[in-house]
Amino acid sequence: MSKKPTKLEKDIPTTGHSWDGIQEYDNPMPRWWLWTFYATIVWGIGYTIAYPAWPLVKGATEGVLGYSTRAEVQAEIDSFDAANEGMRQKLVAADLNEINSDPELASFAQNAGGAVFRTWCAQCHGSGAAGAKGYPNLLDDDWLWGGDMEAIHFTITHGIRNEDDPEGEARYSEMPRFGTDELLESEEIDQVVNYVMSLSGEPQDASMVEAGQVVFEDNCAACHGDNAQGDREQGAPNLSDAIWLYGGDYADVRESVYNARFGVMPNWNTRLSEAEIRAVAAYVHTRGGGEEPAEEASE
Amino acid sequence: MALLDKHKILETNATLLLVGSFLVVTIGGIVEIAPLFYLDNTIEDVEGVRPYSPLELTGRDIYIREGCYVCHSQMIRPMRDEVERYGHYSLAAESKYDHPFQWGSKRTGPDLARVGGRYSDEWHVDHLIDPQSVVPESVMPSYGFLLDRPIEGEHVGELMATHRMVGVPYTDEMLEAAAADFAAQADPDSDYDGLIERYGDSAQVRNFDGQPELTEMDALVAYLQVLGTMVDFSTFQPDESR
Repeated sequence: MSKKPTKLEKDIPTTGHSWDGIQEYDNPMPRWWLWTFYATIVWGIGYTIAYPAWPLVKGATEGVLGYSTRAEVQAEIDSFDAANEGMRQKLVAADLNEINSDPELASFAQNAGGAVFRTWCAQCHGSGAAGAKGYPNLLDDDWLWGGDMEAIHFTITHGIRNEDDPEGEARYSEMPRFGTDELLESEEIDQVVNYVMSLSGEPQDASMVEAGQVVFEDNCAACHGDNAQGDREQGAPNLSDAIWLYGGDYADVRESVYNARFGVMPNWNTRLSEAEIRAVAAYVHTRGGGEEPAEEASE
Repeated sequence: MALLDKHKILETNATLLLVGSFLVVTIGGIVEIAPLFYLDNTIEDVEGVRPYSPLELTGRDIYIREGCYVCHSQMIRPMRDEVERYGHYSLAAESKYDHPFQWGSKRTGPDLARVGGRYSDEWHVDHLIDPQSVVPESVMPSYGFLLDRPIEGEHVGELMATHRMVGVPYTDEMLEAAAADFAAQADPDSDYDGLIERYGDSAQVRNFDGQPELTEMDALVAYLQVLGTMVDFSTFQPDESR
């Protein structure tokens, strides 16, 4: 078994350990490894000098580079703000109705407004702006509070039925709870629901429609209009089309009459800048149902 | 190099090696962790941060019970993309009354540190009942059963007392009024002046879930609606050294 050690093996020192006749060479660490190790130590010391590191009595060393996470993120935000500043100022200075007819502004507003929409609006109105039950579809031409740029801009700025708007300008209307507050008999509610459904589709019980029309004229027409065409001044929806915010089933419509619906939209003036609000208003305006200002339309 | 050769003593004595390792880790720990408790620039008092009201605290318990933190963090990092999406980066002070805190490094759903006021109560209720009804691409499960679980404020005072033990500055008055404040916050027809006096204007009083009964849904929505709303960032001036 005992092979004679080679000359090389004899020259290398051992650690002196011996287990069952097996010895361990005491080779030096490879040079490259050792120097890398020393370099990391030097780098570590340099790092603690350059950046905030050592705790002292009241504060910590600030580092010669003066780095701060908060300052860095602020600087990055500022640099993007500065790059956008020119276009934002143009957007704020522009006439609301001109934004979408100016190619440069419209292109900026589409991109900036689209980003704002996907971040802040999509959760309720859907990522494609198609809305959901209780959250208006922004792709159609049916508007509760008006669909021209001024109206959309106002709605986004102040929101609907919220108490957070610092200017207290949130759009507000309150339909009576005809059933909960016992303003109408249960049968009258059934009648008016059948009448309303007959305007855009099939009533559940055609025999009630006529009586329902009387109930409607006495109780609903003041806000929804004689022909149920709605009133945007009061956010009263058009009931003569087949567009239903809260569903068009008999049970849905009855619930709307019985207990009323009070959709809420936040005011965005405390979260978004005026330029962002204008951009997203222009974006929404171009989704499909944007209307021209009223005076032009009436000409 | 006599001293450097002495490592053999440590290497051949297991107990001594263990004691030595423990000492090294202890010193490292003290140097890295202990200063965070006394350094001025790691402790920041921010105006507006207050202990949770009884209803909000109960909602927070439900949030933890249902494991919301598994998918949602409450920590907006100081990066431009996060600030653009979620709002001002989170301050340590904003979770100083959180036991345990709800920070996180993994998000399946969005960060919730500033979800308060971003959506209506109706949206939260709709979304908790059927998340896909408002966000079709969502993978969140349904929590509609919260609507069927009535709660009362009988024991909320004890919960608050426990939080006081770990440093939340609930006053005796707050503990005494706990059950009353609990009910008052979800009832806009109640006398809630005491609640506002104790917890400030950031305590919102509404029927959060829209149904007459006080349920777990009320508590959870009340909690969600207060998240990130306590500090007024229109007046807050960040100190860059922190």
